Amino acid sequence: MNRLTSTALVSTLTMLGGLSAASAEEINALVWCDHSDPALIEPFEKATGIKVNLKEYEGTAAGLAILDQSQPGDWDVMVIDAVDVGRAVDQGLLAELPADKLATADFFPETVMAANNTRDGKTYAVTEKFGYNTVAFNKSKVDPADMEDMATLTSGKYDGRIAIYDYYLPVLGELSMAAGVPTAEMTPASLDALKPSLMALRKASKSVSDVVASQTALATGEVDILVGGGEWLTAVLHAENPDLDWTIPKQGAVRWAQSLAVLAGSKKQDDALKFINYVTSPEGQARLATSSCYWGMPANKKAGDVLTTEQKAVLRWDQQADYLAKTQLYPVPDAALDKQMQDMWTEMLQN
Amino acid sequence: MASIEQTERNRAAGFVAPALIWVLAFFVLPFAVMIGMSFARLEGRTIVHGLFSDNYVRFFSEPSLFKGLTVSLEITLIVTVISVLLAYPLAWIIAMRVPARYQRLALMLAVLPFWTSYVVRSYAWLLVLGQNGVINKALMGLGVIAEPLAIASTRTATVIGFVHFFVMLLTLTIYANLIQLSPNYARAAADLGASAFATFRHIILPLTLPGVVTGAFLTFVLCIGDYITPQILGGNSELTLPQLIMLQLGRRGDFPMASALSIVLMAVVTLAYLACARWLKLDRV
Repeated sequence: MNRLTSTALVSTLTMLGGLSAASAEEINALVWCDHSDPALIEPFEKATGIKVNLKEYEGTAAGLAILDQSQPGDWDVMVIDAVDVGRAVDQGLLAELPADKLATADFFPETVMAANNTRDGKTYAVTEKFGYNTVAFNKSKVDPADMEDMATLTSGKYDGRIAIYDYYLPVLGELSMAAGVPTAEMTPASLDALKPSLMALRKASKSVSDVVASQTALATGEVDILVGGGEWLTAVLHAENPDLDWTIPKQGAVRWAQSLAVLAGSKKQDDALKFINYVTSPEGQARLATSSCYWGMPANKKAGDVLTTEQKAVLRWDQQADYLAKTQLYPVPDAALDKQMQDMWTEMLQN
Repeated sequence: MASIEQTERNRAAGFVAPALIWVLAFFVLPFAVMIGMSFARLEGRTIVHGLFSDNYVRFFSEPSLFKGLTVSLEITLIVTVISVLLAYPLAWIIAMRVPARYQRLALMLAVLPFWTSYVVRSYAWLLVLGQNGVINKALMGLGVIAEPLAIASTRTATVIGFVHFFVMLLTLTIYANLIQLSPNYARAAADLGASAFATFRHIILPLTLPGVVTGAFLTFVLCIGDYITPQILGGNSELTLPQLIMLQLGRRGDFPMASALSIVLMAVVTLAYLACARWLKLDRV
């Protein structure tokens, strides 16, 4: 980041902070691990004087369970899967955001996601980051052309050299797209039909692993391909091993997007909004996009003015139009379909 | 006289009360809540409280859930047996062969790996056992194998990670037992013409059995309830009961099912305790 952008960052944060810099305000945020990077949080805290207490969680079900066990007001801000915002709105968990005070005009059009973040004309969340669950691989070990077709993965050529990212929604979504069923149209019957391809993928794979184990497996050469991986996984390893790459196969891939929302019970909604405005500002977006936990594309395209050329190359900034067209959002299963998906996933793990 | 007895009784109750309150608040009460929760049911995304047996029925009828128990038991038994077989000779050498002035140093070396974080140690094993890890490189360098062995992300990796940890624990418990044995037992046996093996078989082993069983029981309990090692080293190639519990909590928010699985886990530990209660002498550790 050059001096100009640093100055811009300080100015923005000072404006956001206003007079509250002198006070000792605190907000409590339920977040994903990318928000725990001090490089993201500290500039906000210094500029505004608002301390951000972070609690990490994984998976919407776990986040909603935490809220269920908390008192209204315990939490002020929440990061949530963009496709699950509606579920949280249904439960009355999210506060309406002032649409005119959000930076969505600067967003990539596909990342505004009004269908997910708004309800009846009211905005309840704002997209902050997105990326792809697709196929990541080591291009020095596999033929990149093979990675353009999902069918190659179960052809026998790469048996024992594949890891599966341990999250049922994107992987089942990818398989569903490969079977010709859009993620938004998955049904119990279409899911049942995916079982043979899921089991075939499991048979060809060496492990089913979480984020850290997946990164370790790719970095150490334990596996050469990660189904469900993408820039969010390989970008942080890029400097160490430039051979780690990713692509979107011809069948397409699943697009993840995370949103930021203010909790309805929050007694510090102004401070929470300041935090949201910071994270969705070009400077905050650049820091979030390159967080030490995982990278991802910023929703605000003005972050491109802050990111370096090299960072943008790793994020494939210039190919986003094509990628956005080839990908679909995560499946949004109802409770019954979600249970069926998880049961199938557990069965796959135990086989 | 009666008032002195009453005072003594009150004083005794006063001494016991803090421990009693502690146990009630932090064991009995949470345990009761967990039992109650295990009979609740998840409908959609809502927990419905009641006396439903669904979770237990599902556990025993769904192979993917029940397999968690068999996998856990298999791994735990393998780990316990291997750990005892490795730890006993190590403890015996430290207690019987290492000069007394070096025993403390030997024990410190034995428990040195305890000084590092459990998670870090597990990830370190992942690197050691990997395709390009130390073991595969050494074996290939020596010409023993032509292709790297697939050890990481398997049950073997989980067992190795566990054994590394529990050998240290068992060495301490068995050493504590061995060091209390008077050398006169062995001398008396030798005077009576017993061979070294007969002395071990009929004198040393029976006298150290409580220490072995205590260490083995601790190994069993800690191993069967462990989540980290199989999660990191096992590569999700099969799920243990603690992994299944975490799956219910982290992914599904299914607290009733997680509670039922936890009760099953506790029942298994209780059965293990009853099975070896006869030999358990925790005061010897």
